[in-house]
Amino acid sequence: MAKKFRVLYYVNQFFGQIGGEEKAGVAPTFEAKTLGPALGFNGLLGDEGEVIGTIICGDNYFNENKEEALEYIMNVVKEQKPDIVVAGPAFNAGRYGMACAGVANAVVDELNIPVVTGMYVENPGVEECKSKAYVVSVADSAGGMREALPKMANLTKKLAKGEEIGLPEEEGYIPQGKRLTIFSDKRGSQRAVEMLLSRLNGEAFETELPMPVFDKVEPAKAIEDLSKATIALVTSGGIVPHGNPDRIQSASAQKWGKYDVSNIDALTGEYYTIHGGYDPVYANEKPDRVAPLDLLKEFEKEGKIGKVYEFFYTTTGTGTSVGNATKFGVEIGKELKEAGVDGVILTST
Amino acid sequence: MKLELRRIHIKDIQFGNETVVKDGILTINQEELVNKLKEDERIKEVKVDLARPGEKVRIIPVKDVIEPRVKIEGEGNGFPGVTTKMAQVGSGKVNVLYGAAVVTVGDIVGFQEGVIDMWGEGAKWTPFSKTYNIVVDIKPVEGLAPHTHEETVRLAGLKAAEYIGEAGRNIEPDEVLVYEMGSHAEESKKYPDLPRVLYVEMLISQGLLHDGYIYGVNSQLILPTLLHPNEELDGAVISGNCVAACDKITTYQHQNNSVILDLYEQHGKTINFLGVILTPELTTLEGKFRTCDYTAKLCKTLGADGVIISEEGYGNPDSDLLMICKRLEKEGIKTVLITDECSGWDGMSQPLADTTEEAVAVVSTGNVSHVIKLEPADKVIGDINAITTLAGGWEGCLEEDGSLQCELNAVIGSTSEIGYHNCTVKLY
Repeated sequence: MAKKFRVLYYVNQFFGQIGGEEKAGVAPTFEAKTLGPALGFNGLLGDEGEVIGTIICGDNYFNENKEEALEYIMNVVKEQKPDIVVAGPAFNAGRYGMACAGVANAVVDELNIPVVTGMYVENPGVEECKSKAYVVSVADSAGGMREALPKMANLTKKLAKGEEIGLPEEEGYIPQGKRLTIFSDKRGSQRAVEMLLSRLNGEAFETELPMPVFDKVEPAKAIEDLSKATIALVTSGGIVPHGNPDRIQSASAQKWGKYDVSNIDALTGEYYTIHGGYDPVYANEKPDRVAPLDLLKEFEKEGKIGKVYEFFYTTTGTGTSVGNATKFGVEIGKELKEAGVDGVILTST
Repeated sequence: MKLELRRIHIKDIQFGNETVVKDGILTINQEELVNKLKEDERIKEVKVDLARPGEKVRIIPVKDVIEPRVKIEGEGNGFPGVTTKMAQVGSGKVNVLYGAAVVTVGDIVGFQEGVIDMWGEGAKWTPFSKTYNIVVDIKPVEGLAPHTHEETVRLAGLKAAEYIGEAGRNIEPDEVLVYEMGSHAEESKKYPDLPRVLYVEMLISQGLLHDGYIYGVNSQLILPTLLHPNEELDGAVISGNCVAACDKITTYQHQNNSVILDLYEQHGKTINFLGVILTPELTTLEGKFRTCDYTAKLCKTLGADGVIISEEGYGNPDSDLLMICKRLEKEGIKTVLITDECSGWDGMSQPLADTTEEAVAVVSTGNVSHVIKLEPADKVIGDINAITTLAGGWEGCLEEDGSLQCELNAVIGSTSEIGYHNCTVKLY
């Protein structure tokens, strides 16, 4: 018989049978037993896996002493070496949900061990950890335990055995927010025609791409005196030094680069484009057309602006995910802020 | 207009002493084809290779794919306005070497061509792993400007398809598909109660190396224009672009535009299909307003009840797509959009560059940043190193043994936004 996979279980003081609200302040403990829901859960694993022990922690203790709680819990996880960690279900208990989410995020981030938990869809813990753990959608009270555990056990088995996880609606978990490419049995045009016919006939239809919701950023205040301001040049136009020393991608950028431009008057000559989304001919002739260092330097000489910041920042915008772009923006913004830059000319293509 | 697409089913390809089709086997006289293409003085060297479905062959970097055909009745053999003299296409009889495709290979600008794997994992992601491919690798003379280089390769591919298509002239087809549609007045009389549907096909039109052509006219120069669907099926529209491989509409996909074919299928049954509006995707804001307003106006003037809008490319054209949608929905015209998405390697990013609440019905044809792993090929046609620079590849994505990782971005037709392939996206 194959070796059973090992599950480590996390519960709060109530489900760990220590006590109710009056015991919510207890520090975490570990018992090599199946306590509370871990008992029923263990039964659902059959011959394939077993719960090797239960961590119990008071909800107040976890939320008020997160660092200490996690230190203890992570040590237990490291010692016990489970294949998977299961927490809850927390139903609609907010502090319990936040604790399950805290454990889940730490275990996934630090040890890359999968985590399954269960929460009511409005539990604040859902938003905290749904992108990292599998959060089974459960009822808002402990009355839903009997329905929750089999779903959590099925997911646990699949994850432990490395099997493919199906769609949220099939498996019963709350969507993690990952948009994954799969094959349909119909080509796209056929699906479009059918969707249009449904619309024209007033029948139900389901979009394959709900519209994204955008961040709104408050613009910074205007610069009062440009002649004293330090201005940086940043572009998503893929302008890099010849040879592309940092190997920035031509599309779907995974990184950005910065280059010292304090000793040159223009990008033309030493720079070119590696951007895969526009005709590079004119940009290669004169990269300042995309990132106008030449004009900024002229303005600097004329005293129109105080100073051109010594580094030029660049990446490729085409096909670059908003996730990566946000990360680049935060990183570049931090450097510019620390360098005392007052304003940025940001060019796209 | 009445167009007969007479399919001769091609079951294999080989080189031989003459270019003929016999019992479904296409034989190509390599020397004759090479000489034909080298009539263009801008071409220094032509290599022709064959790739069959299932062979462990990788083709890279691919610029365009074209279906070989010959028109045996009616005006406009070839590609009028581009390779042959101007003619009104859309009527007549065309013999199609169905199952064969001309694939052009050549490093044009370095970033914007793609890969076709004929077997295994890679084959799943591209519709052109299922065609018998005649791969034409074109090396131009030295010192050719990029735009002339692009034109040279573009024309060579079309000419190769014409030359090979000629082999089907006197062959009896295995199946005959008839596409017939009269004037709007006639069709509306025939089907007074059916909803009227238009297809808006957006074309990348962002400058040289990024343009589609309609009867030889660069789409960048046009106002949105109405075509009878037969015209596109009969060679009026060709690809001249080098945008990301995954969602460029190759010439083959214009000749076999899946939205047109699937709407035609419903014509007279559930809808009254009014035709195709070709809309350029321009880069300037003024251009976007002009074309989007104009497109919406055409749809309204023609009395459309429903419109399918397909995008080409991604990023700034997402705005055009949604601007057209918004205008049509405000007029009470129901829309369905077809687009791919850029959700990042992990699929967690915002999928489009723009958003509008009116876009309630959208078909997604895949995440262009979805990463796939491809095993080593026995044979590479073209240059495998191209993968590290083209859109969807990166420095280090190619292993020493020839296996590689890339985004769907790099795979020809993988996320086709005319819905030519089967990819979609689900929320996990």
